[in-house]
Amino acid sequence: MKAKVQVFLKPGVLDVQGKAVEAALHGLGWADVSGVRVGRTIEFDLTETDAAKAEAEVKAMCDKLLANTVIESYRVEIA
Amino acid sequence: MKAAVVVFPGSNCDRDCKVAIERSAGARVEMVWHQETALPDDLDLIVLPGGFSYGDYLRCGAMAAQSPVMREVVKAANDGVAVVGICNGFQVLCEAGLLPGALLRNEKLKYICKPVALDVVNSQTRFTASFGEQRSAVMTVGNGEGNFFADEATLDRIEGEGQVVFRYQDNPNGSARDIAGIMNAKGNVLGLMPHPDRSFDPDLGSEDGAILFRSIFASA
Repeated sequence: MKAKVQVFLKPGVLDVQGKAVEAALHGLGWADVSGVRVGRTIEFDLTETDAAKAEAEVKAMCDKLLANTVIESYRVEIA
Repeated sequence: MKAAVVVFPGSNCDRDCKVAIERSAGARVEMVWHQETALPDDLDLIVLPGGFSYGDYLRCGAMAAQSPVMREVVKAANDGVAVVGICNGFQVLCEAGLLPGALLRNEKLKYICKPVALDVVNSQTRFTASFGEQRSAVMTVGNGEGNFFADEATLDRIEGEGQVVFRYQDNPNGSARDIAGIMNAKGNVLGLMPHPDRSFDPDLGSEDGAILFRSIFASA
């Protein structure tokens, strides 16, 4: 199965990178842009064939390493 | 008196820490590679040094926190051995769950490298006892992600429990409640962004960092 994990800073946690990108977009003329958040995507393959089991495993990976749940939230997609 | 300095791939203050501890406190210092599965016996202090462990991949300190040696560091911390994480080492301690909170990117996105004035908030700790009546200190910071963050409940708790050890007099990076250094509830694990290892000799502009190292061995 293929796993895709998206990690973002939680709402309320200052995302200075997002703010800088937003300011740059404004500078380029896209004045209507707001709420830019910069995150990361992590993709990998799993030999597990049961989607529910795979999702549980990937969530465990997120809690242990892929995300820092003090400051970040994550979304898992299994396909 | 014996200390260990853990060396991760990408650590760059490990030698500074060794020299700082030797000269400040006269302790013996062993360097421990991060792949080690055992620590030297009879340690009074374990230091996680500054640098860019694993190139800051994923998150600062995230990969180092999973290094084999960290299992031993967690065990030693639970046994009461003094552990100090400086800069990247502070990030590693947070990632390893030995300290609450996390370090975010600096508010103004700048890498900040300069001496900073600190309040010694709690001098009743094994890390600060030798500061005595001295309520302020100068140490150098050098980081891009030193903006301490924790939720409000955690901040209230660590302030209430005396776990905030150092505060910036002039907050350089947006850290919550001006926090520069915190310790765990048990009082044997300290993380701080300023570098005592770059502030232990008058030639470095400050010798206040030496007081921190001396405190640890005075109580050992």
